[in-house]
Amino acid sequence: MQSPNQLEISRRDLLISSTATVAVTGVAADGAAAQSAGKIMDHTTKVSFTVNGERRDLDLDNRTTLLDALREHLHLTGTKKGCDHGQCGACTVIIDGRRINACLTLAVMHEGDQITTIEGLGEPGNLHPMQAAFIKHDGFQCGYCTPGQICSSVAVLEEIKANIPSHVTGDLTRQAHVTPAEIRERMSGNICRCGAYSNILDAITEVAGTRA
Amino acid sequence: MRAFTYERASSVEAAAKAAASNPEAKFIAGGTNLLDLMKLEIETPTHLIDVNDIGLDKIEPTQDGGLRIGALVRNTDLAAHETVRRDYGLLSRALLAGASGQLRNKASTAGNLLQRTRCPYFYDTNQPCNKRQPGSGCSAIGGFSRQHAVIGTSEACIATNPSDMAIAMRALDAVVETVKGDGSRRAIPIADFHRLPGDTPHIETVLEPGEMITAVVLPPPIGGRQIYRKVRDRASYAFALVSVGAVIQSNGTGRIAVGGVAHKPWRVEAAEAELPNGARAAAHVLLADARPTEENRFKVELVERTLAAVVSEARG
Repeated sequence: MQSPNQLEISRRDLLISSTATVAVTGVAADGAAAQSAGKIMDHTTKVSFTVNGERRDLDLDNRTTLLDALREHLHLTGTKKGCDHGQCGACTVIIDGRRINACLTLAVMHEGDQITTIEGLGEPGNLHPMQAAFIKHDGFQCGYCTPGQICSSVAVLEEIKANIPSHVTGDLTRQAHVTPAEIRERMSGNICRCGAYSNILDAITEVAGTRA
Repeated sequence: MRAFTYERASSVEAAAKAAASNPEAKFIAGGTNLLDLMKLEIETPTHLIDVNDIGLDKIEPTQDGGLRIGALVRNTDLAAHETVRRDYGLLSRALLAGASGQLRNKASTAGNLLQRTRCPYFYDTNQPCNKRQPGSGCSAIGGFSRQHAVIGTSEACIATNPSDMAIAMRALDAVVETVKGDGSRRAIPIADFHRLPGDTPHIETVLEPGEMITAVVLPPPIGGRQIYRKVRDRASYAFALVSVGAVIQSNGTGRIAVGGVAHKPWRVEAAEAELPNGARAAAHVLLADARPTEENRFKVELVERTLAAVVSEARG
């Protein structure tokens, strides 16, 4: 079973490196247009960031989204590609404490950032409380949206704690509280086509309760 | 996505200069709309200027008691800012009614003002669209137009501006501050910032090529009941069919700006003068020149009913 997997990875890497080669050739032919402020620029850029506590140095085609950098270059495939257009939330990761859609940001825009993916929240035998709660409450069916749901959930509770209001917050001048309505509204950027929403809500509510 | 070169600008001046030297360059801030459109090759810049690290991420009081919001302030931070929540509640409410938590964490103040329409024909590169490809025609006219504009439209385009934030900015009389490549600066009242489609729907704002937004300035607070009511097909994470942003004073006067109905935030001062006479009177003036399609005719009545709900909430 291992060899097809290996082959798949090397095929991806081959595709990635051939794209980069084409891009670099493009620069050579089009060098004048690529000059700005006296610098000759090409279609790749070096970037360094920290993923799950580990520093990573990459030299990437500028087009590489953070999602593709995580999955295809760093082989952290827990973060999922759903719509690739910021509509489904499957690619949600946490950067410097804030959840974002990894598909709608370029990897090269994250110099120096601290990135946490589902792999960084917990691991088998040492689950994050939110991961354990999703299992306990059956907060998924197929599981594809789950890494995004969990990263989003963890950040949602931090957002409420940091007094960031939402569309359903009653009085803007008061501290927001964890309520089912608040959780539903704040999780609306994470779609679950299996419809595990009510169990997801139970899982998040339990974690919020044990923290309070 | 087409290949592009990339640079991280180190200052406002450097960013503006870089844009001036390359007409095919674009600024990138949050990227939530631009990258979406680049993936579909609707936007095809050959160079991106990353402006995330040039110090435009602050919210500061102005000398006259208003608020200067840096172009790079994220939608989340703007909505959560203490002064905005207290004195410009309409702005917080509009921001929180838009997008998802993830998107608001990235989306910038300037980028929000510059986001493109969500007209499905603009997004479908197989269909004619005067906004995407000038002169190719408008597929929405005679097509599926339920979401489209009912007023200020043209024979070339019936797209809407999708921003919730811009509706609040319009009602609050915000001013957009910019810098050009030669270093000159100007201040554009929000009323003049977005254009109607006319026969050039691909030109959506009065910004000149390479001109960069540095801040959006709010005048001193005007008090009143500040309400943003958004009507949409889902309870969350959907664009407006109709939205009403309002500041209603205790004597019944006020300001109203409407979203989801036009190519720009729709505000008519003569309609505001009718507010003390009720929502019906105000809506009648607001949409007097409406030219809806068969599919979006419902929006005309929906504006009136949404406005009535807002006026009623303000009294209560």
